[in-house]
Amino acid sequence: MSKIIASAAIRGAHKIVGQADKKWQEAMDKWGANEPVGFPNTAYYLPVIYGILGIKVEKLGDMEEILKKCKLILPPPVRETHPLPYLAPALDAGMVTFFAEELIEAIRYLEEPDFYTKQEDPTDNNIWLGAADDVILRKRGIEFVDGTAPGFAAVLGAAPTSEIAASIAQELQQKNLYVFMSAEYNGKRFAEQLLEAGVQIGWPTRLVSFGPDITATVFAAGFAIRAGFSFGGIEPGDFRKHLIYNKDRIFAFALPLGSVTDEWYANAAGAINFGFPTIADTPIPEILPTGICTYEHVVSNIPHDNIVAKAIEVRGLKVAVAEVPVPVAFGPAFEGERVRKGEWYLECGGGRTPMVEWCTSKRMDEVEDGKIEVIGSEITDVPDESTLPLAIVVEVAGREMEEDYEPILERQVHHLINYAQGVWHIGQRDIAWLRITKSAFEKGFRLYHIGALLHAKLHQDFGRIFDKIQVKLYTEENSVKEIAEKAKAVYGARDARIEGMTDETTDMYYSCTLCQSFAPNHVCVITPEKTGLCGSYNWMDCKAAYEINPTGPNQPVLKGETLDTKLGQWKGVNAFIYKASRGNLDHYSMYSIVNDPWTTCGCCECVAAVLPLCNGVMTVNREYIGETPCGMRFTTLAGTVGGGVSTPGFIGHGKYNICQRKFISADGGLLRMVWMPKMLKEEIAERLKARAIEVGVPDLPDMIADETVGTTEEEILPFLEEKGHPAISMEPII
Amino acid sequence: MAGGKIKKSIDEASLEMIDKAAQDGVTTAFDRAEEMSQCAIGAAGSCCKNCGMGPCRVLTFKGQEKAARGICGATAETIAARNFIRMVAGGAAAHSDHGRGVTELFLAMAKGKAPGYEIRDEQKLLQLALEWGVEIGGRSNQEIAIDVGEIALAEFGKQEGELVTLSRAPLKRQELWQREGVAPRGIDREIVEIMHRTHIGVDQDYHNLLKQGVRAAIGDGWGGSMIATELQDILFGTPAPVLGRVNLGVLKQDEVNLIIHGHEPLLSEMIVAVAQDPQMLELAKSKGSNGINISGMCCTANEILMRHGVPIAGNFLQQELAIVTGAVDAMVVDIQCIMQSIATVAECYHTKIITTSPKAKIPGATHIEFDEHNALEGARTIVKTAIENFPNRGSNIWIPDKQTDMVAGFSHETINYLLGGLFRASYRPLNDNIINGRIRGVAGVVGCNNARAKHNEGHVTMVKELIKNDVLVITTGCNAIACGEAGLMVPEAAVEYAGEGLASVCETVGIPPVLHMGSCVDNSRILMAATAMVKDGGLGDDISDLPVAGAAPEWMSEKAISIGQYFVASGVFTVFGVTWPTIGNDEVTRHLFEDFEAMYGGMWAFEPDSIKAAHLMISHIDKKREALGIDKARERVLYDMEMRRELDAV
Repeated sequence: MSKIIASAAIRGAHKIVGQADKKWQEAMDKWGANEPVGFPNTAYYLPVIYGILGIKVEKLGDMEEILKKCKLILPPPVRETHPLPYLAPALDAGMVTFFAEELIEAIRYLEEPDFYTKQEDPTDNNIWLGAADDVILRKRGIEFVDGTAPGFAAVLGAAPTSEIAASIAQELQQKNLYVFMSAEYNGKRFAEQLLEAGVQIGWPTRLVSFGPDITATVFAAGFAIRAGFSFGGIEPGDFRKHLIYNKDRIFAFALPLGSVTDEWYANAAGAINFGFPTIADTPIPEILPTGICTYEHVVSNIPHDNIVAKAIEVRGLKVAVAEVPVPVAFGPAFEGERVRKGEWYLECGGGRTPMVEWCTSKRMDEVEDGKIEVIGSEITDVPDESTLPLAIVVEVAGREMEEDYEPILERQVHHLINYAQGVWHIGQRDIAWLRITKSAFEKGFRLYHIGALLHAKLHQDFGRIFDKIQVKLYTEENSVKEIAEKAKAVYGARDARIEGMTDETTDMYYSCTLCQSFAPNHVCVITPEKTGLCGSYNWMDCKAAYEINPTGPNQPVLKGETLDTKLGQWKGVNAFIYKASRGNLDHYSMYSIVNDPWTTCGCCECVAAVLPLCNGVMTVNREYIGETPCGMRFTTLAGTVGGGVSTPGFIGHGKYNICQRKFISADGGLLRMVWMPKMLKEEIAERLKARAIEVGVPDLPDMIADETVGTTEEEILPFLEEKGHPAISMEPII
Repeated sequence: MAGGKIKKSIDEASLEMIDKAAQDGVTTAFDRAEEMSQCAIGAAGSCCKNCGMGPCRVLTFKGQEKAARGICGATAETIAARNFIRMVAGGAAAHSDHGRGVTELFLAMAKGKAPGYEIRDEQKLLQLALEWGVEIGGRSNQEIAIDVGEIALAEFGKQEGELVTLSRAPLKRQELWQREGVAPRGIDREIVEIMHRTHIGVDQDYHNLLKQGVRAAIGDGWGGSMIATELQDILFGTPAPVLGRVNLGVLKQDEVNLIIHGHEPLLSEMIVAVAQDPQMLELAKSKGSNGINISGMCCTANEILMRHGVPIAGNFLQQELAIVTGAVDAMVVDIQCIMQSIATVAECYHTKIITTSPKAKIPGATHIEFDEHNALEGARTIVKTAIENFPNRGSNIWIPDKQTDMVAGFSHETINYLLGGLFRASYRPLNDNIINGRIRGVAGVVGCNNARAKHNEGHVTMVKELIKNDVLVITTGCNAIACGEAGLMVPEAAVEYAGEGLASVCETVGIPPVLHMGSCVDNSRILMAATAMVKDGGLGDDISDLPVAGAAPEWMSEKAISIGQYFVASGVFTVFGVTWPTIGNDEVTRHLFEDFEAMYGGMWAFEPDSIKAAHLMISHIDKKREALGIDKARERVLYDMEMRRELDAV
C-alpha cells in the first residue's frame, strides 16, 4: 500500500520543513542573515542542496531561498478517497525533507558547535560524529571506488536488543558495507546499543554514528551526493545525473529498525530518489514494483537474522564474502579497529620484540599446500598480556610464480591480518607490529590462524599466479632474527631492481580502470616510472593483476610508436586511452602538467598545480585541509580536475610519484616543486632527499615552501628567491 | 419502447433519459438507428458516388466470376480505397482545421490581439522554441510565441520538405516514413491531394491511394493534431492530475446548467472563467438560481476537465439525452460531432442551443459568433443567455441521480513526472514494469460512440478485459468518458478491475488503470508517450517494437479513421469495432490488415466483439514481448564492481 507510505512521507516532510523554518527564524533573530553556516571542512556546502539544486548555502540568509523552494515543492496531503497520483509528490517531499534536514543540521553546527565530535571516532563523552568532512569522504570514498566497500546501510532507530544490533552490524561489516546510524526508537539508538554490546564504532570500523536524531540521516545522503561530486565529476545542480549515479553506483539502502514514523517515511522517500530502497523489520506497507530503485522500493517485516541478506538482494548487490577458516569475523570493515593497551592478549613487534614478514618462492616439491606451522610458542603457551617475537614466512610455489610477485603477495599480509576481528596490524617487512585482543583469543584465535587466513585469502585473490602456499610462524627469538637477516637482503635487492626499471626498458605499460566504477571516463596508464594516482597501484602490481585476471581492469598497453619523447606520448597508449575513455579523450601526456596532462579521478592522493608567479608547481595531499598557494584547497582542486578531463596546469598524482624520475619531467621535473604541505614533505622525506641529490640540488627539500612559509604565491615567492630555488631561474613554465 | 426491453446503453443514467425521451415523445439517435438500417453497399465501401455517372455499386458476390467495376472501369479495390482515404481526408481536415484555429488564436495572443488569453505554460513554449530553432536569448515570451506561432501556421500550407514535428518521432520511424514515401510535406497539401487523387479518373492503384491516406493521416497525428495539443497547452496550461465528475447527474436542479459541447477549448476556457464572475453569479441569483453550473460534452468536456476539473455531462450519444433532462438552460456548441437533432430536441424543452463557429451553424439555433479578439465579451453574452433562460424551465425536469468520480489530466509530460517526481522524472518505471511483466503492455483505446452499437458497451467491455489482463489503458475522447462513467478512472478501480501486476503498479504510483489523456486531438499525446517509451530504452527502437496496441471499439467519425490510420502508420496494431469501411473488398482489406504490417510495422484489424478484439490486442502485445525477449521472467541481476565498471557514464 504505497498510498499509506506516500501520505506519511508527505506529512513527515511537512513536519520537518516546519521545524527547519522555525529553527531558521530563531537563528535569524539571534545571528542575522550574514552569519556563516555550513558543515565542517567541506567544499560542497550543504551537499544535497548543492548537488541537487546547485545552490551554495554559505550564510544563514541563504537558507531563505531553500525554504521557499521547499514550501513550493511540498505537496498537499494525500486524499483518502480518490487520491491524485501520490508517488511523485511523495518523492518530491522526500527530497525536500533532505533539504530541510540539512538546514536543521547546519543550524545545529552553528548553535551547538560541539554537538558532534567532527572527527573519525567517538570521544569518551560524545559518540555522535556528525557529517563526514572531505578528508574522511576521500579516504573512505576510495573504498567505494575500488570495491572494498560496495555501499552503505543507513540504519535508523534501534534493534530490539543490543545483541541483535551487534549481530546486524557485524553482518553488515562482514559484507563490507558501511553503517550510517541515526534516529531513535523506543528511547534507544543503534549506535548506543553497539557500544553497550562492546562493539567499536567510528569510521575506522565502518560503524558510523552520524547523529542521535532523524535529521542526521541526511548526512548519509550528503555522503552519497559528494561521492558523485568527487568521483563522478558531476556538476552542482545536475540533479538527474547525481541521482542516477547514486542509483547505479552507490549500493546503499535504508534499514529502519522499529516503528516507522512520518519523519522516517519522509527520509525513506528521499532515499528512493537516490535509488536506495528501504528494508524494514516492522510490518509496514511494501512497494514492490520497480523503477525508481533498481528493484523493490520498500520491503517490510523482515526478521533480523535475514534483514542484511534481504537488503543486499533488494539493492541488487553482489557481495563475495571470503570463506576464511578463522574463529572471528573477517572482512575489510574490521581493518580499522584499534587495539589499545589493556585490550590485547599478545603483542609482537613494534620495537618491543623483533618481527618480520617475508614472502619467498620455493620449488614445487618444497611446498605442501595448506601446511601451517607454528615453530616455537603458540599464543596458548603464554599468559595474558605477553609479548613474543614473530616471523611470518609465506612460501609459495607455482608454474606462473615469478620473483617479482613476491613483494605483491607480501604486501597483502598487512591488511589480510587486519581483516580479522580483534587482530590489529601495522607496518610491513621488518617493522611490522601485531596485537591480538583478549576477545579474539577467547573466541579461539591462535597464531596458527594467521597462517590459515593467509593461505585462504591469498589463494582466493592470487590463485592464478601460484599453485601452492605454506606458512611458517616462528616465535623463537633466534630464528626470527635469522629470518630477518635473510629477508633484509632480499628487500634490498628488490628495491634496487625496482629503482632500476625505467619507462624505456619496457614496451608494455598497464592500464588501470579500477575506478571506472565511479569515474567512468577516467583512464590511468601506469608505467614503471609513474605509479597510479591513487597511490595503490604500481607497474608491477598491474602486471600481476593482469596475470591474475586477464579480463580485469588492468590491461597491458603496448607503447607502440613514440610520438613525443619529452611529453611522453605513444601511439599505442593514445589508442588505448581513446577506447578506454569511451571516446572521451584521444591522447594525453605522461610527463607534463602543462601540455595535455593525464586525466584524474577523484581518488588521487595529491593534486599538483602550476604556480605561474613562482614559475613552478605545488602539490597538496588530500589529508591537508588548509589553503594552498593556488587559491584552492585539496577538495576544491580535486573537484576541479576530477571526472576524466585533461586540465592543463593541474594533475592528480600519487605521493610516490613525486620522487619518480619521470614526474612532470617535460616541465623540468622535481626541480619545479616549490610548495607542498609540511606533513607531506615529512612523509616522503627520505625519498625526497635521495631524489634531490640525484637531480643535483641536495638542499631542494629545504627550498620547498610549506604552509609555515605561506599559503599564497605572494607569500612564498620571497622565500623561494631567498633560498635560490632552481625553479625561479628555469625557463618560463607556461 | 426506447429504454425498454433491449437496452441501448450500459449506462443507467442514459437508459433513464432514453425512457424519458420516449415518454416526452422525443426522437433521438437511438430511435433513428433502430428505424433506419445501414446502406449495405455504402457500409461495405463499395459505392462510388464521385462522379455523375454513378453512384456505382461494385459489390462482389460469392461465386461471381467477373468482378464488378464502375462505369469508368474503376475496380472494386480502387473504389474501396478511394472511399477509405476520403474518410481519412475528412478526419485529418477536421483535426487540422481545429489545429489551425488554435494556431491563429495563439498568434493573435502573441501579438496582443486576443485579450483574455495568455501564455500559461512558459516551459512548453520555450521547449517548442528550442525544438524549432526559434531564438530565445533575452527575448520576451510574446516575441518567441510569434515566431513559434508563425512556424506552426506555416506547417499547414507548407508545400515541400517535411513537417517539422516529424523529427519528434523515433529515428527509425522517420527513416521508415522516408523509405515508404509517406512523410507529409504539408498538412493541407496531403488532404487536398487525396481529394484530387480520388476524383474521377486520377489515381487508380489502390496501393498508391492507400499510401496517400497514410501520408495525410501522419500529417494529422504528427502535424495538425499535435500542433493543436501543443499550442493549447501553452495557452491554457498542460494538464495535470485533477479530480472530476462525469455523467448526466452533474447537472443541477437549482443552478443554471450550461453545457459546452464540441471540440475546441478556445471559447470554453473563457466561458469557464466568466461563469465565476461575481456579477454573473449575482445575475444568476436574481433569476432564482443558486449558481452557474458549467459542464462539458464530448471533447470540449475532456479539454476543460483535464485543465480545470469541470464536470462532464456525457459523451457523443448523451448530447440529446442531456437536453431531455429538461434542466439544460443552454447548450453552446462549436465544431465536430454535434448532432443537428439537438436543435430539434431542444424545441421540446426550454433549452437554448447556441452555435458559435462560423464553420458550423444549425437552423433553429441561436448564433453567437466566437471572435477571438473579443472572446470575453462573447462568453459573457453566452453565459447571460443561459442565465436568462433559467426561469423558462418547465416542470418536466428529471436529472438522473448518477455521476461518477474520475481522475484525469494525464498529459505525456505529467506521466513523465508522475513516474519519478521532479528529480527523477522519466518513463523508466513504466518500461521497467513492462519488462518485468507486471504490466503486460499498453493499449490506446479511443474513439466515438456509435448508435449502431450499445452505447459505451464496446468501450467498457474492452477496457475492462485489457486491464484485467494487465494491459495499462490510455484513452481519449468518448472512450475516456465511457470509462469515467463506468468508474474505471479512479485509483481504486485498479484493485477492483485490474490484474494483480497492473494493480500493483497503479497502487505504487497512485493512478487509475485507465489514464485519461484528453480530447481526440490529444491522441498526439499518445504518440509522444509511445515515443518517450522508445527513447527510455529497453523496449526496442521504434514504436512498432513496443508491446502496445490501439483500438476504437465504438468508432463512427471520419476523424477516428484518420486517427487509426496514423496509429497504424506510427507502428501500432489498431483494432476497430462496429463496422469496417472496406469490408466489401477482400483485397483492400487484406492489404490494410496484413501487408501494412510489413510496410509500417502496424496494421489494421476489425473485430466487433470487444472481448475478442481485446484478445487480438493482447496477442499482438505478447508477440511483441516475445520479439523483445521479455516474455519470460528474468533473473534478478546482482551487481559487483566489475559490472559497475562496465556501466556507461550517466
